[in-house]
Amino acid sequence: MRYVDEFRGSELITKTADEIRRLADPQRHYRFMEVCGGHTHAIYRFGLKDLLPPNIELVHGPGCPVCVLPMGRIDDGLSMAENPDVIFTAFGDMMRVPGTRGSPLEYKARGMDVRIVYSPSDALKLARANPEKHVMFFAIGFETTAPSTALTLMRAKAAKLHNFSVFCNHVTIIPAIRAILDSPDMRIDAFLGPGHVSTVIGCRPYGWIANKEGKPIVVSGFEPLDILHGIVMLLQQLNANEQKVENQYKRVVPWEGNRAALKAMAEVFELRPYFEWRGLGFISQSALRIRDSYAEWDAEQRFSVPGVRVTDPKAAQCGEVLKGVLKPAQCKLFGKECTPEHPIGALMVSSEGSCAAYYSYEFRKAAMASR
Amino acid sequence: MTSAPTKIRFRDPQVEMAHGAGGIASRRLIDGLFAPILFGSNPDPLGDAAHVSIDGTRVAITTDSFVVKPLSFPGGSIGELAVNGTVNDLAVSGAIAQTLVVSYVLEAGLPTDILEAEVRAMADAARRAGVIIAGGDTKVVEHGKCDRMYITTAGIGRVIPGVDISPAKVRCGDKILLSGPIGDHGITILLARGELDLEAELRSDTRSVGPLVEALADALGGAIHWMRDPTRGGVATSLNELARDCGLGILLSEDRIPIRDAVRGACELLGLDPLHIANEGQFLAVVDADYAEAALDALRKTPGGEEAVLIGEVDRQPAGSVLVTTLYGGSRIVDMLVGDPLPRIC
Repeated sequence: MRYVDEFRGSELITKTADEIRRLADPQRHYRFMEVCGGHTHAIYRFGLKDLLPPNIELVHGPGCPVCVLPMGRIDDGLSMAENPDVIFTAFGDMMRVPGTRGSPLEYKARGMDVRIVYSPSDALKLARANPEKHVMFFAIGFETTAPSTALTLMRAKAAKLHNFSVFCNHVTIIPAIRAILDSPDMRIDAFLGPGHVSTVIGCRPYGWIANKEGKPIVVSGFEPLDILHGIVMLLQQLNANEQKVENQYKRVVPWEGNRAALKAMAEVFELRPYFEWRGLGFISQSALRIRDSYAEWDAEQRFSVPGVRVTDPKAAQCGEVLKGVLKPAQCKLFGKECTPEHPIGALMVSSEGSCAAYYSYEFRKAAMASR
Repeated sequence: MTSAPTKIRFRDPQVEMAHGAGGIASRRLIDGLFAPILFGSNPDPLGDAAHVSIDGTRVAITTDSFVVKPLSFPGGSIGELAVNGTVNDLAVSGAIAQTLVVSYVLEAGLPTDILEAEVRAMADAARRAGVIIAGGDTKVVEHGKCDRMYITTAGIGRVIPGVDISPAKVRCGDKILLSGPIGDHGITILLARGELDLEAELRSDTRSVGPLVEALADALGGAIHWMRDPTRGGVATSLNELARDCGLGILLSEDRIPIRDAVRGACELLGLDPLHIANEGQFLAVVDADYAEAALDALRKTPGGEEAVLIGEVDRQPAGSVLVTTLYGGSRIVDMLVGDPLPRIC
């Protein structure tokens, strides 16, 4: 497969891994946060941790949109699915995420009209094909998916399609990184920046991380070679005592981002004053809401949403894991009450969540080895 | 006199979709509810078909139900699956299918031409597989009470002499063989549902694996230790079941597992693991290491077995798990599937 296999060639991978070992100071312990859930998934899937020296620790960041969504928002969205005139649509990612009374998949099994879509425009198509029904799209994601939601809403408005709405849960990545850096127990040396988000927002918004916080950041792609190359670039900066924003993913990420996408987002969305993040709490100006000019297509304004708040059990230490203070297995609930089949904390929910990824790949491997 | 009710371990309050998806939840339902009530304390691990003796003659018997949407797809249809599925369950238990019976559950309103096409598909598949369809039953339910048509087939087969497979026979050092590329069926169905704007030159792999199993049995006999057709839940789920049943570790080399580009591409795009995708015309065999070359030879010489490969081996560790060595020497544990595979988008 072109554009995939080139970045998985094993010889290049071995060379890059050697380069990492050469650059890493054996006297030093490195903590790098990969911000994006896609990175977390790739690191586990390709067994990349086995290629790194033991003094390089990868900390999994907040960039899994499913993981950071509070359970109350899922309950709110699903409350609309109980209306027999509503078709509830969402990405496959959302389907197994539990609300208080079950996941979207369980609602579907109970007879509610719940459907998987692959893009918001598929949901719009569904609305066109079912004029007697109301199609609600449960929107999640960072700046990666927000533009397609925005464009879909613009198309719905232009077509005067009134049986379609969006329950908006889009969040923005920068405030989440800020929240992690502001935390007093923060212990991160440098960041692997999110590749997909940066195709939209570009690299400029990360400037403060390097300039004000003094932490190197390298925006990286998702193939094994991209991730390892990103780590090489971080080590080079640290060894030269530099703090810069660098772009490893130049084949996809333009420095200035995607103006058309940003324009569509600005047309449809505005910042919420604050939004709750699962595991991190309330973060100001960290999420998007639909502008009043699109109120008719805003599910929160069209339907009465209960506004449920569900707090995670106190024993779940998701916040500490997110900030890199604890490793997943150090949480009291990990692998006992909290497993991928019965997630309690946010990070066990999606396969990109650091706890779920750690559970399915690392934890069991470690358990085997210690027998 | 009635005996005390059997204790069951299955505690889920209601049946969910995941209980039918072939992964961990299915296993919990079977081990926790069906097995203790129906089979009592019989400790035999559950295989694809049961082997029983009737007046001294060893016979294999099995049954399978088929629900698939859409009913027909590139490379096959529900009727063909219903024949091949049962034939294959018998084959990988070490038996050659002889006779099938079939039950149809039909939704009122089903067009006759669709029914006719599926019945013809079954007759053709039976002819190709060399089995007789000896009887059947039909029920019609109200419109909306089933999705067009469900088919259940049951089959009996002649146990191949000298072949006796069981997880208990699997030993450290045994080699793991795979009959050909994986994921074709599952990805074909996913694309045939038309929900994705994706197209690929891909066909379901549905076929009888009977001839391949026979060729393997001729060459190896008792050196075949275990076989399974990796349908729902894919290769990962089948091998995890084996790992749990035999208490040993399964080591796979990622670079040896054959996957067509179209399947790999679709999996990349949708965030799916090909090892979790269903197959309807492949099987896995665990064989004595000394016979691995002979086994590959026998398979590759049989039409349809040209792409057979050795994908890994059995080891003491990681006990009860499947470990895949990635292309770069890293490794990851591959678990059973929880529920259906769902695409990841965001």
